[in-house]
Amino acid sequence: MDLLTFMQQMVNGFSLGSMYALIAIGYTMVYGVLRLINFAHGDIMMVGAFLGYTFMAVFELSFPVTMMLSVTIAALLGVLMDKIAYKPLREAPKISLLITAIGISFFLENTFTVFAGGTSKAFPVPEYMEKIFDVSGVVFTVASVTVPIVTLSLLLGILYVLYRTKYGMAIRALSFDIKTVNLMGIDANRIIAIVFGLGSALAAVGGLFWAVNYPSVEPMMGVLVGLKAFAAAVVGGIGSVTGAVIGGFIIGFTEVVFIAFWPELGGYKDAFAFVLLIFVLLFKPTGIMGEDLEKSRF
Amino acid sequence: MYEDKIFTRHRLINLAIIITAIWFTWFAQVTFDEYTVRIINNVAIFIILAVSYNLINGVTGQFSLEPNGFVAIGAYVTSILIVDADTMLYQYDIEDPSAWVLAMQADFAWALLFAGIISALVALSLSFPVFRVRGDYLAIVTLGFGFIIKILAINNPQITNGSLGINDIPEYSNLYWTGGIAIFTVLAILNIIYSKYGRAMKAVRDDEDAATAMGINTFKIKTLAFSTSAFFEGVGGGLLAALLTSISPDLFTFFLTFQLLIIIVLGGLGSTTGAILGTIFVMAGLEYMRFLDEPMSFMGIETDGTPGMRMVVFSLILILVMLFAREGLTGKKELKDFFKKKKADK
Repeated sequence: MDLLTFMQQMVNGFSLGSMYALIAIGYTMVYGVLRLINFAHGDIMMVGAFLGYTFMAVFELSFPVTMMLSVTIAALLGVLMDKIAYKPLREAPKISLLITAIGISFFLENTFTVFAGGTSKAFPVPEYMEKIFDVSGVVFTVASVTVPIVTLSLLLGILYVLYRTKYGMAIRALSFDIKTVNLMGIDANRIIAIVFGLGSALAAVGGLFWAVNYPSVEPMMGVLVGLKAFAAAVVGGIGSVTGAVIGGFIIGFTEVVFIAFWPELGGYKDAFAFVLLIFVLLFKPTGIMGEDLEKSRF
Repeated sequence: MYEDKIFTRHRLINLAIIITAIWFTWFAQVTFDEYTVRIINNVAIFIILAVSYNLINGVTGQFSLEPNGFVAIGAYVTSILIVDADTMLYQYDIEDPSAWVLAMQADFAWALLFAGIISALVALSLSFPVFRVRGDYLAIVTLGFGFIIKILAINNPQITNGSLGINDIPEYSNLYWTGGIAIFTVLAILNIIYSKYGRAMKAVRDDEDAATAMGINTFKIKTLAFSTSAFFEGVGGGLLAALLTSISPDLFTFFLTFQLLIIIVLGGLGSTTGAILGTIFVMAGLEYMRFLDEPMSFMGIETDGTPGMRMVVFSLILILVMLFAREGLTGKKELKDFFKKKKADK
C-alpha cells in the first residue's frame, strides 16, 4: 500500500472513529452513573438520523437548523426515556433495568418500522457537505473533516462540563455513590436526567453525521453501530469519557485499516469490534482509561 | 430434608403430570390435523428454549441475550448432519460444500445431541471472557454473538450455503420428538434447579457477594448455567430446523431472543412453570394478534401493514410488565408452591 492510499484510509478511519466516539460517550456516561448498559442508546442515534431525514426531506429545513432541532428532540427523548422507564426501577434488581432497556430499544426500532417502513430512505445530504477536496492526491469530503472536528470540540465541551462545572462535579460524584450524593442535597434524579439528555444529544449528532456519511436511514441502523460503540466504550474503559473517544477512534481506525489490508475479509468487517471487545474483556476488563468501577461504588 | 419432604408429597402429582404430558403428546400426534400439530410442535420447541433460557436469565439472574445464536448453531449443525450428500451438492450454489461437510452424516438423535454439545462448548468458551468480569457484559457479548453467527454463516458458503441457507432438510420433527424432548428438558432443568447447583445459582442471583462469601465458585456456577442453557437451545435449534425443513441466516434474528425474553418475563422470571405458561400465552398471543400487522388506521394515523405492529405491542407489554408487574404470572413460584398450604413465602 502506498502512502497516498494510507493517508486516504487515515482520513476515512478518523471520520468513522469520531462517529463511534460520539455514540460511545453516551454509553459510558450512563454506565458511569447507573451501571446500566443502555441498549436503547443505539436507537436514539437512529431516531436522531430519522428526525434529520424528516426535517430535511419533508420540511426542507437547512442542515444547521435540522441539527439543532433533532439534537434537542433527541435529548428530550433521552430524558423522557429515563423518566418513564428507568426512574421507577432505580431500586429494582439490575436485570429488570436491562430488560426494560432492551424493551425500549425494540419498541423504538419497531415503531419506526411501522410508521416509516422497513426499507432504507435516501438522506438528502446538503451539497456543501459533499464537496470534495484534493490535497496532493488525498481526497476527502467536507463531511469527513467536519465530523472529527465537531467530535473533538464536543469532547472538549463535555470534559469542560464534567471537570469545571458544578453539574459535572455532581455527575462524577454520582458515579461514586448515589446515596451520599442525595445526602449532600443534590437531586440525583435531576443529574441522571441531565446525563441521559447529554448522551442522547451526542448520539443524535452521531446519527446525523452517520446519515451524511452513509446517506441512508433505516429503523435498524442503530443496532450494529450501537453495539460497536459500546465495544468502543469498553475498549477505552467504561465510565471514562476520554476513554470512550479513544476507544471510538481505535475501533474506527482498525475497521478501516483491516478492510484496506485484507479486502477478502470484508464480510467480517462487522465482527471486528466484537472480537476486540472479547479480547479486552479477557486481558484488560477495565479498558485503557478505566478504573475498576465495582470498587469505586462502595 | 425440607426439599425431600416436598418431593415425597408431590411425587404423585409430578408423575401424573408427566404421564398426562406423554399421553397428550401421543394423543395430539394421532388425532389432530396437520396445522394444529404444527402449532403444538412449535409450542413444544419454544418450551424447550424458554425453560432453558430461564435457567441463565431467571434462575441465575445473569441477563443474557443468547438464544438466537445457539439456536442457529444447533439448527446448522443438525442440518449439516442429517441432509445427505447428494441433496447438499445439488443445492450448494455459491460454493461447493467442503469434503468434511459432505462426509458428516448422522442419525437425527445423534445429530441433535451433537448440536447440543457444540452449542454448549461455544457457550463454555464465551464464558471465559464474560464471567471473569461481572455479569454486565454478558448481555452485550451475547447480543453481538448473534450477529457473529449470522456473519459466519453468510461468509462460509462451503459449510452453510451462505445467505441461501440449507433447504430440503428431512422433516424428522414430530410430536414424539419435540414433545418428548420438551418433557425431558423440563425434568432435567427442574432437577438442576433443585440440586445443590441450582441452589447455588439462586444464591448467585440473589446476592453474588454473599454467595462468594459462602464459598460458592460463582464463575463455575454461571458457566454451568450458561452452558446448560446453550445445550438445550442447540437441541431446540436442531428440532426447529427439522420442523421448518429450510433454514437461512435471516431466520435466527434477535426477534427470536426477544420472543423468548417476553415469554419468561411474562411467565415470571425464575419459574419453570412460568416459562411453560408464558410460552403457551405468548405463542397463542402471536397467532391471534396477526391482525395487528394488517394495514389499518388508528386515530387518523395510517399504517401500511408492515410487520412490526405486533412487535410494538409486545415490547410495550414487556416494558409495562417490568414497570408494574415485575413478578409476571407466577413470580418465582413453581406449580408445587400453588398447592402448598399458605406458608411464609420465599
